[in-house]
Amino acid sequence: MTPVVTVRDLRKVYALDSSEVVALAGVDLTLERGEFVAVMGPSGSGKSTFMQIVGLLDRPSSGSYEFEGQDAAHLSADCRADIRSRRLGFVFQAYNLLPRTSAIENVELPMVYAGVDETRRRQIALQKMELVGVAHLAQHKPNQMSGGQQQRIAIARSLVNDPGLILADEPTGALDTKTSAAVMEILTRLNREQGISIMLVTHEPDVAAYARRVVTFRDGRIVGDSINAERAA
Amino acid sequence: MNLKATLRLAVGALLRNKVRSLLTMLGIVIGVAAVIVTVAIGTGARISVQSSIDSLGSNLIVVQPGSVTQSGARTGNGGASTLTVDDGLAIAKLPGVASVSPIVTVRTQVVAGNANWQTTVTGVAPTYTFIRSWPVASGRFLRESDVDSAAKVAVLGQTVVQQLFPGGASPIGATVIVKGTPFTVIGTLAPLGQSGLGQDQDDTVLVPYTSAMERLAGVTTVNGLMVSATSAETIDAAQTELTQLLEQRHRIVPPQTDDFQVRNLQSIAQAASQTGAVMELLLAGVAAVSLIVGGIGIMNIMMVSVTERTREIGLRMAVGARGATILRQFLTESIVLATVGGLAGVVIGALATVAVSLLARWPTSIPPGWMFGAVAFAALVGIFFGYYPAQRAAQLSPIEALRFE
Repeated sequence: MTPVVTVRDLRKVYALDSSEVVALAGVDLTLERGEFVAVMGPSGSGKSTFMQIVGLLDRPSSGSYEFEGQDAAHLSADCRADIRSRRLGFVFQAYNLLPRTSAIENVELPMVYAGVDETRRRQIALQKMELVGVAHLAQHKPNQMSGGQQQRIAIARSLVNDPGLILADEPTGALDTKTSAAVMEILTRLNREQGISIMLVTHEPDVAAYARRVVTFRDGRIVGDSINAERAA
Repeated sequence: MNLKATLRLAVGALLRNKVRSLLTMLGIVIGVAAVIVTVAIGTGARISVQSSIDSLGSNLIVVQPGSVTQSGARTGNGGASTLTVDDGLAIAKLPGVASVSPIVTVRTQVVAGNANWQTTVTGVAPTYTFIRSWPVASGRFLRESDVDSAAKVAVLGQTVVQQLFPGGASPIGATVIVKGTPFTVIGTLAPLGQSGLGQDQDDTVLVPYTSAMERLAGVTTVNGLMVSATSAETIDAAQTELTQLLEQRHRIVPPQTDDFQVRNLQSIAQAASQTGAVMELLLAGVAAVSLIVGGIGIMNIMMVSVTERTREIGLRMAVGARGATILRQFLTESIVLATVGGLAGVVIGALATVAVSLLARWPTSIPPGWMFGAVAFAALVGIFFGYYPAQRAAQLSPIEALRFE
């Protein structure tokens, strides 16, 4: 089976005034379908830049990147937007739900851009909200929900296009320990039961512990790649 | 994303900030309403000037004495006393001319019983009612025999009837005394109302021109000739021929200037409507400037909106919106703002126009083209001033937009 993500010698250099900042200094990584990998590392290690490139929000300076077997390093902004709308799901630290917009409409948003018709949008959105246990909040606005509820809505949103990969950037960063655990349980369950590939960026070891594989970044390179024996079973 | 969804999204976003959207729209509303009101008043004024000029008779040519030089001093127009009844008779024989009436005016007091009134007594020919298309209300008009005998008969305008015979009794057969001479009233004229210049045309007494010249003014020349061309098309040709004829009769050779003036109401009407059109354009221009100011208001608020919603834009891009989709979304918002403002402006402008014509009793008329034009222009203003902010939104980098605080 084709790996979801294949990265070879990936580099990203930012031009900052006259000096250059090397964010990624040659990264190689393969992510198989159905994997649950945590990307760890201190801030400035390049893990966020890596996630942005894998998530097709940014382009590498050099190196190759294949997403689901297709070249993804040299795509136009519009092509990247189209792949994001059909094959990728995002979960952010700050939830990033549209304010003053009902939960179900937030969940439907990616399908609006993917051109799914209205009745089907509603149906899929409700189905995914049920999957993460927030179907009863469909008509609530973000400001009427707790952080944990909002993050679950955001997870439902990342699921609606049956993505090949979910990218979760510090998904528990704004949550207390108990809620964090609940959110991580959901992600783990989605990975186990639905077989969805997940890449999780975090700096918290207890959050990373939910993943089956942990990749550690430092100074723009991968310095550790280990299997979490406890979860791998 | 289809048009319906884009529109719904735009309307939703605008409704989220109702007060702000309303205030932003206000600039366009006022601009469009101003355009509608100024154009309505301008058009109304033009139509009323045109119709009052038409009521004078659009085939009309007026010949008036010009200026002469007496011992080095030039008199103004009307100073020459060279225009005669014979000139009129000669003009009447020209091919493009239907009829001619001499005009002899005397401003004097007219007395009937114990009522009196100062008015303009005008000596005219029987053709006068035809030339002016001015019907007789009661009795009869002057006849050729009245002119031949310089008869002491008079036809009264409605204002004079009201002033001299206030009881409502028929003035026909009564005697009015003009400069000591008794005239018998033989008829009254239908009311004509104000002229285009605001003069009361009904404040007049018509007598045979011979009577006016011999009995009242004691002159051998006339104050003017009213000429009716056979049709509106022949008016220019008739005017040229008439001018040549008079120059010949008055022995005027270049470089001498004519001692008479020829004008037709067609050209006066044109001048009047041109002035009106220029005024209208000027006012519409001022209104258009206010529309553009309204457009800048839209641009301003759209810039604020784009900045405020940077994170929203970032998220929309992250979940798959293309730059063009974002551009369309924001552009739609500004077009909806401007167009709704334009429609509201037309409605308010139309109401204000009705109010103006009711309260100030001004004639108004809103050309439908201007209504569509104003809304279309407002929409264009929305596109023009909405494009830059929308472009800014579309060019945001999703990463930076997502990080924006």
